Amino acid sequence: ISLHKPEIKLESLKEDIKDFLKVSGWEKKLQNAVYSELNVFPSPCHPAAPPEHMKEPLAYMRKAQGSWEKRILKSLNSMCTELSIPLAQKRPASEQKELLNKWNEMGTDEPDLTLFRPVYAPKDFLEVLMNLRNPNYENGEQPSFRNHLGLIQVPLKVKDIPELKEDFSELGLNIGQLGIDDSTQVPPEFFENEHVRVGQKVLAEQDSAAAQQYVRQGCPTALRADLWALILNISNQPEDILYYEQLKSNVIQHNLLVDSLIYKDVKLTASNDDYYFVFEDYLYQVLLCFSRDTSVLEHFAYSSATPPKSYIRGKLGIEEYAVFYPPSGVIPFHGFSMYVAPLCFLYHEPSKLYQMFREMYVRFFFRLHSISSHPSGIVSLCLLFETLLQTHLPQLFYHLREIGAQPLRISFKWMVRAFSGYLATDQLLLLWDRILGYNSLEILAVLAAAVFAFRAVNLMEVTSLAAAEAVLADLSTLKVMPLLQIFLFATVT
Amino acid sequence: FRIMAGKVKWVTDIEKSVLINNFEKRGWIQVAENEDWNFYWMSVQTIRNVFSVETGYRLSDDQIVNHFPNHYELTRKDLMVKNIKRYRKELEKEGSPLAEKDENGKYIYLDFVPVTFMPPADYNLFVEEFRKNPSSTWIMKPCGKAQGKGIFLINKLSQIKKWSRDSKTSSFVSQSSKEAYVISLYINNPLLIGGKKFDLRLYVLVSTYRPLRCYMYKLGFCRFCTVKYTPSTSELDNMFVHLTNVAIQKHGDDYNHIHGGKWTVSNLRLYLESTRGKEVTNKLFDEIHWIIVQSLKAVAPVMNNDKHCFECYGYDIIIDDKLKPWLIEVNASPSLTSSTANDRILKYNLINDTLNIAVPNGEIPDCKWNKSPPKEVLGNYEVLYDEEMAQSDGPDRDMRSRSGQTTGMKGNRARDSGKPVLTTWK
Repeated sequence: ISLHKPEIKLESLKEDIKDFLKVSGWEKKLQNAVYSELNVFPSPCHPAAPPEHMKEPLAYMRKAQGSWEKRILKSLNSMCTELSIPLAQKRPASEQKELLNKWNEMGTDEPDLTLFRPVYAPKDFLEVLMNLRNPNYENGEQPSFRNHLGLIQVPLKVKDIPELKEDFSELGLNIGQLGIDDSTQVPPEFFENEHVRVGQKVLAEQDSAAAQQYVRQGCPTALRADLWALILNISNQPEDILYYEQLKSNVIQHNLLVDSLIYKDVKLTASNDDYYFVFEDYLYQVLLCFSRDTSVLEHFAYSSATPPKSYIRGKLGIEEYAVFYPPSGVIPFHGFSMYVAPLCFLYHEPSKLYQMFREMYVRFFFRLHSISSHPSGIVSLCLLFETLLQTHLPQLFYHLREIGAQPLRISFKWMVRAFSGYLATDQLLLLWDRILGYNSLEILAVLAAAVFAFRAVNLMEVTSLAAAEAVLADLSTLKVMPLLQIFLFATVT
Repeated sequence: FRIMAGKVKWVTDIEKSVLINNFEKRGWIQVAENEDWNFYWMSVQTIRNVFSVETGYRLSDDQIVNHFPNHYELTRKDLMVKNIKRYRKELEKEGSPLAEKDENGKYIYLDFVPVTFMPPADYNLFVEEFRKNPSSTWIMKPCGKAQGKGIFLINKLSQIKKWSRDSKTSSFVSQSSKEAYVISLYINNPLLIGGKKFDLRLYVLVSTYRPLRCYMYKLGFCRFCTVKYTPSTSELDNMFVHLTNVAIQKHGDDYNHIHGGKWTVSNLRLYLESTRGKEVTNKLFDEIHWIIVQSLKAVAPVMNNDKHCFECYGYDIIIDDKLKPWLIEVNASPSLTSSTANDRILKYNLINDTLNIAVPNGEIPDCKWNKSPPKEVLGNYEVLYDEEMAQSDGPDRDMRSRSGQTTGMKGNRARDSGKPVLTTWK
């Protein structure tokens, strides 16, 4: 159907265009695009508020993030100087050719990475968060049960269980869930078959908002890849593929110092993982491109972080010679590649895999390693975790604290990685279904608390941090949905 | 009432901890071969001696061994192919719908072994086939060896001629039939995951051939090649690319001792369902079960169904990029060496579950028992096919296919009668 018809009348043009959009599916696409923007960008601030407020409204948080960034950059620069490696360098033609040939098997490359070390690890970041203080808030009292006994000592508002029950109402006991009601003992007629039917319908309608609502009850494995793409509004158009190819050619032409950090990270984490080692090569293909993707810079508008700036050699301080480094503004840390790994189970086409990861990063993962007051930011998640534990398992919390095993010391790494590499993949995907469904990372804190609750009996018997770590070392047998359901809906509050 | 049973006396000539730990945990007593024993986990060499005409001896009712006397009908590459070809011809002769062929003359349901020739008898047939597909690659495998030993790839006739010229004899078979080779069409379009080639190792326990009763271990695994797969002809000699045997991969530069290049079958299922969809994944797993059962049915008539015997086979299967499974070979003595910690646990549990089925209650066996263990002792095994059950038209034994949780078996109705519908077994 086209509008190139002689019958088109000026009077009815407005209606005709609306009809055309509906019929051709463009209305839906526009709706999805708008919905996507609404999900990603924060609500408009007060007109008088400066742009920093969209990044982070609290001044002390901004300051802390700024100092943290300075530290990271200093660490990167000193590694650079020590090893006499430039931050960026054009590759000689022979090297370019070789890399192009090896593009699909970079994992077989064995560059000497012994001198490289990750710029930081989650535990370094935790130390920074522990020292965060709000200068306007004087808490001179001794720690007691009336205030917070955990490691995070900033007064952010976090939800309690009644509020969480409301927010996560679709996880309730009387509502069907994938991850619970699709186990072998349950006949599929009870829930699973119908849920799959509804999922297929949602995909047929191509409605992002409906998909987001749907996945709160979990995605059927066969529909997950498409549902996630629908929610994140990724369609892998020719121009997207072209963009990815462009990034690939940037990788071929220039060598970045962060590339070595990426190699090191993959070799240390994903290559040793029972589930993800198979996809090692895909991880390089995604992450090397990611660090060169300047479109990622857009997310800094609503992130508390600021991309590091570097200067062309010899032009320190001269703004015309300033560049963001790396071009994406994101410096990978130890474990970063684990954000990508689970997606390899869903997408085997590199450009689609790339776009899905990029979107997941700029919507969710960036909040896990930057200091902000956002409810899905890592600081809030830590505080939520500690508060839930202290409120509902006070005996356990107190015991662990007494033996020098502050619970957050153990659960921090789970949350920073969104549990990737700790849970079995099928369970992890069920968890990430709910992250997408609720457009929030709070579920990570709830799950962390639920895990402690689950292993409380064993934890009460340990007498050291090492022993507590051992009790919680292996999460690979956990089933996340029953844990979450019991913690939220079957715990006496 | 309870009979005060004595302790089971065991012997083994395979010094592996996964075995010995299992015997010891049952409180069984180790004895020597020449003493009175009840249970002997023997190597294939030993079973040959026990049942040989010269050195063999009769087993008594309270003695059980872990191999069938002529297991090689299934586990030698040339005999397996021969038996399957014979089985197909028989079915064709009796007009069975299972032996149906398509318009190209290929069996629709029974084409699961790559085209194989046994030189020297088939040499001319092989040359004819080779010339029909001059760009094809063929794999030469010694009939009696394991662990990837002696295997090589060829893509030119001259490569065999060269090989046969080099060897002392001018024919493919020397005096001892151990040096016999098979030539199989090499699957050069394997399904790749993460760009890597892999094969499937599945464990199948057979307690009796007539009636056929077999169990499949739910925890099979995929073995990945450490080096990227390339069909390029220059890499034909690089065994790391082409052979997935752990014995070979272990020596590659990239071999990892944490995961050992292995994936669980449930990971495979999750990946395939997520990227290819549920129906084709279920179909694939159904086909895998199908081909295992058909291979056992093919050798059942010629197997010495000695009641003292059971056997745990290691099936090697390759999936091509059209999601068709191919039976590569069956191992009588699957490796009990553990390459990683996970591996050790898996093999320990495998032996444990095997013993629970083969030696009921861990008590002194009576080989006259009906070999029908109760469901509770199966552990990680699932009934793959029970001929007696199938023929008696018993209650529906359908097991639903669930991602990540079962191997997707859909029941074990007899296939001899009904219409062959590959997607479900009803």
